[in-house]
Amino acid sequence: MARYVLKRLLTAIPTLFLIVSISFFLMRIAPGGPFNQEKGLAPAIMANLEQVYHLDKPLWQQYLFYLGNLLQGDFGPSYTRPGFAVAELFRAGLPISIQLGASALVLALVLGGALGIVAALNQNRAVDYAVIAAATAGSTIPTFVVAPIYQLVFALGLSLVPVAGWNDGAFPNRIGPVVVLMLPQLAVVARLMRGSMIESLRSHHIRTARAMGLSDYSVVIRHALRGALLPVISYAGPAAAALLTGSIIVETIFAIPGIGRYFVEAALSRDYTIVMGTVVVVAIFTILFNLIVDVLYAVVDPRVRYD
Amino acid sequence: MTDVTRAADAAVPAAGRSIWADAWARLRANRAASVAMWYLAAMIVACVVGPWLTTHAFTTIYQDYTRVPPSLSAYPKAEALDQAVEDAVRRGRLDLVGWELRGDRVYIDVASSREIDERVTRYIDRSNLFEGAVVEARGPDGLTMSLSAEVERKYFLFGTDSNGRDLLTRTLIAGRVSLAIGLLAGVVAVAIGVVYGATAGFIGGRTDEVMMRIVDILYSLPFIFFVIMLVVFFGRNFVLMFLAVGAVLWLDMARIVRGQALSIRRQEYVQAAEALGVSQRGILLRHVVPNLLGPVVIYMTLLVPQVIILESFLSFLGLGVQEPMASWGVLISQGAKNIPAANWLLFFPAMFLITTLFALNFIGDGLRDALDPKDR
Repeated sequence: MARYVLKRLLTAIPTLFLIVSISFFLMRIAPGGPFNQEKGLAPAIMANLEQVYHLDKPLWQQYLFYLGNLLQGDFGPSYTRPGFAVAELFRAGLPISIQLGASALVLALVLGGALGIVAALNQNRAVDYAVIAAATAGSTIPTFVVAPIYQLVFALGLSLVPVAGWNDGAFPNRIGPVVVLMLPQLAVVARLMRGSMIESLRSHHIRTARAMGLSDYSVVIRHALRGALLPVISYAGPAAAALLTGSIIVETIFAIPGIGRYFVEAALSRDYTIVMGTVVVVAIFTILFNLIVDVLYAVVDPRVRYD
Repeated sequence: MTDVTRAADAAVPAAGRSIWADAWARLRANRAASVAMWYLAAMIVACVVGPWLTTHAFTTIYQDYTRVPPSLSAYPKAEALDQAVEDAVRRGRLDLVGWELRGDRVYIDVASSREIDERVTRYIDRSNLFEGAVVEARGPDGLTMSLSAEVERKYFLFGTDSNGRDLLTRTLIAGRVSLAIGLLAGVVAVAIGVVYGATAGFIGGRTDEVMMRIVDILYSLPFIFFVIMLVVFFGRNFVLMFLAVGAVLWLDMARIVRGQALSIRRQEYVQAAEALGVSQRGILLRHVVPNLLGPVVIYMTLLVPQVIILESFLSFLGLGVQEPMASWGVLISQGAKNIPAANWLLFFPAMFLITTLFALNFIGDGLRDALDPKDR
């Protein structure tokens, strides 16, 4: 297993390299630059700015320069937020995005998993239909509809929570973003869990376990759940990567100072280093969580081996 | 025994049913899916035909009807007339003496310190509430005048937005855009995904490995990065942009089709066909493509709502369809901004979007059940 993990981590390096290269050049082909927005700058100032940020060099030199810095963990300076290094912005924003994302993910897995199991055990009964209906609603209603409704009802209507803002992570400020982030994930997890649990409950080893007189609890939680977890795990990997790196919509609507909201803003203002930094962070998370998924597969299902 | 069954078989030749006829019958039997199909059909008809029937153009701005709430009865409401008459008279720099409503006409008496020109009627007509203003009588010195005008009856079933445009018309027009985009990008994604995935799965070996590694790499690029780059390249041309968005969404399709193609290639019936000397082309057309179609059709019905959500998401960020054109996402984002003052602006577009997504999901689920050979 250790060898497998090591091998996967090594193959991640060329993948990351390709991702960085593709995004670097794709970003640069796009017309415009960080300093020629709206009002034109005097050519002399423009030249100075470009010199400071090495934007006057040929593209391949900039590329090598960026790669060199990246290898040393330096994401470069932000172009549109003068005086800030991208790494600083991430150090401030990433922990917030991770906290919210992780809370949402854990809640979605636990609650969604529980709902899915309950539905599977009551297949084609009222409880089952209720879960399916709720899950369909949860996965079809977009976040940008749920979030304003949450604000309208719980913040403006009932005055139970603040409308938006982070307030140094005060609990009432976290409820909205976490709930809104969680709901669609919870819905998908519940659906997946229901489907795979129904299948798992039909398998031979469960019939054997029941025939041997094990209690319902033991059959479901110790034996059936194990097999049913696989589809949920393979969904949770990419979902975790997306959740932990911040949601644009949720961070914008709730005014959360995470890193999700940087991305669109930076891409539109051609803040190359922030965009590249975000791409790298998201890619690392994605690769990491895909690896975790594969390792968990082997842990959960003894038939999966990586030798 | 065998003779008896054979005789029975011969007597009643079993009518062959293709998998599509079978799937269709099963889909029709699925209540949720049938209702969803009717609903979707109704939604498409409403969005295509509706905007011509609402008596409003989606760009028409009624300055006097900004953010009026939805109502089944006609505007103007009686209490609004007073204000409207007063405003119209003030615009004409006249003094209001009195007015009354008789039937569908208002009769207004005005006075002024200077002689009143007959052309003041245009000030009355300028209001969205009145039309066809005429001079009924003039005072002998020209300092007073009686005017009358027809009260224009307008229906705003869904209310109006903050610019005073009819929300029903805009919601229907937006539906056209959203549905068209969903279909367009969906078709593009499916076409690329099927060709790519089938090629990889069918050729196999090294080619397959390289092709799938490319998919993996594209997968780990943040999707929104691609989309924003496309927005930057294609700017406001949303048709081109969504062709491009479709070109980004094919990755899942390629994976699904490749997996299917790989497994179909190893099926006994394909081996049997090979052993019988059927050509590659024949195998592809007779065995592989029909068996691929099921997952492709299912995935397509699930892809269309994804594209619609994506478009709404982009429009929500201000990157999608541009004013005065609208899509459900544009309307929802405007609604979200106006939510404390005018919640119908969020409610109606959101209901249209959500119910359409629901319907598409039910159809997708229904198709999956109908085409699943395991529980026939």
